Amino acid sequence: MYAQMVKSTGQGVKSLDDMEPQERAFQERIDAGDKIEPKDWMPDGYRKTLIRQIGQHGHSEIVGQLPEGNWITRAPTLERKAILLAKVQDEAGHGLYLYCAAETLGVSRDELTEDLLSGKMKYSSIFNYPTLTWADMGAVGWLVDGAAIMNQVPLQRTSYGPYARAMVRICKEESFHQRQGYDIMMKMARGTPAQKRMAQDALNRFWYPSLMMFGPSDKDSVHSAQSMAWKIKMNTNDELRQKFVDQTVPQAEYLGLTVPDETLQWNEGKGGYDFAEPDWSEFFDVIKGNGPCNRERLAARNKAWDDGKWVRDGLLAHAEKRASKKVAAE
Amino acid sequence: MSAPNSAYPDTPEAQPEKPKRHEWPLWEIFIRGQHGMSHRHVGSLHAADAEMAIKNARDVYTRRNEGVSIWAVQASHIAASSPSHKGPLYEPSESKVYRHPTFFDIPDEVGAM
Ligand SMILES: [Fe+2]
Ligand SMILES: [Fe+2]
Ligand SMILES: [Fe+2]
Repeated sequence: MYAQMVKSTGQGVKSLDDMEPQERAFQERIDAGDKIEPKDWMPDGYRKTLIRQIGQHGHSEIVGQLPEGNWITRAPTLERKAILLAKVQDEAGHGLYLYCAAETLGVSRDELTEDLLSGKMKYSSIFNYPTLTWADMGAVGWLVDGAAIMNQVPLQRTSYGPYARAMVRICKEESFHQRQGYDIMMKMARGTPAQKRMAQDALNRFWYPSLMMFGPSDKDSVHSAQSMAWKIKMNTNDELRQKFVDQTVPQAEYLGLTVPDETLQWNEGKGGYDFAEPDWSEFFDVIKGNGPCNRERLAARNKAWDDGKWVRDGLLAHAEKRASKKVAAE
Repeated sequence: MSAPNSAYPDTPEAQPEKPKRHEWPLWEIFIRGQHGMSHRHVGSLHAADAEMAIKNARDVYTRRNEGVSIWAVQASHIAASSPSHKGPLYEPSESKVYRHPTFFDIPDEVGAM
């Protein structure tokens, strides 16, 4: 998802009886549905895994602005431009809420940023794909934000208080994102033959990368089992992917577009669609840094950080000077 | 038990022994909505000074008419109670049910009270 393949302790889940009293009390609070707050005791693994997960989620929101930002100056109407601008601004806000949640765990904002810029921390694979036409703005809102919602809605119940509260705030804003995307798709799909072709082409290119957002199957992963015991992961990747496909296929049909999967078929027995898996070797390649836009995305973030240095330093120096003058005057 | 300190004990600001990074300080943001009775904590952000904290809070936390008034407080200035004191701090009030008006039976004949 926005946080893909987050590693936890790497050990299996301990039973309550194997835990020291402090850890046992902690796990029992989670089992009872209590929220863990910044000042509470927590196992080291819980803290570290959360920093990785929330950080990666925040980085995805920030880097996720780039593929859409690409079209702000070229939106077809002033209204579409204003809407897209508002959507991208929301994503900056989402990144900020998440960074703040991560900071309550003892990592600083600059450390998080530096780990993104150096490539040490990851962001979602989806943002390493290019946005080639205006129809891609439709596909991103509809599919990418749609997949994000699938993952974020259950995370509103996650055990870590600041993370859960950030998710509540984010979820309130996401449905605007998905609806504005679908609105673009409707316009294109009902437009001229050329517009319809663009809409179909966007769906073709974004379908499998969207399925990859949920990450490879993790039903046998010890990391996922631990994260689920800690309630920082609420569903398996396969569950969420299935839900996403079941929700999205009828929406594509409504648009009169074809999901690029010849094997796609309703399965009465399971009450869901059977569908083809994405190419996981492509996924691992993108994660490793070899997607179509990895270098461009990181270069853009690095440039923004470097170019902004004099502003950050200057404003801080100004604030400190003013504060010391005020102290001197008192 | 640690003395009351910053709301977030593990933030770099709350750990003076850690070498300080040259980072904009963290501010906690409180917003009062149009019909709200009081300011409520909505989240935090980084800003060089109070003026910028309020400007950023406007951009980040009031994009959909969430508020008509903003307070910004530097996070390191907030003192917070410790979760392990939950018992001793809040239990005493549990046994004092007479603090609630429903504790007293007033006959209907007396009228509204
Ligand atoms: Fe978002
Ligand atoms: Fe998003
Ligand atoms: Fe979004």
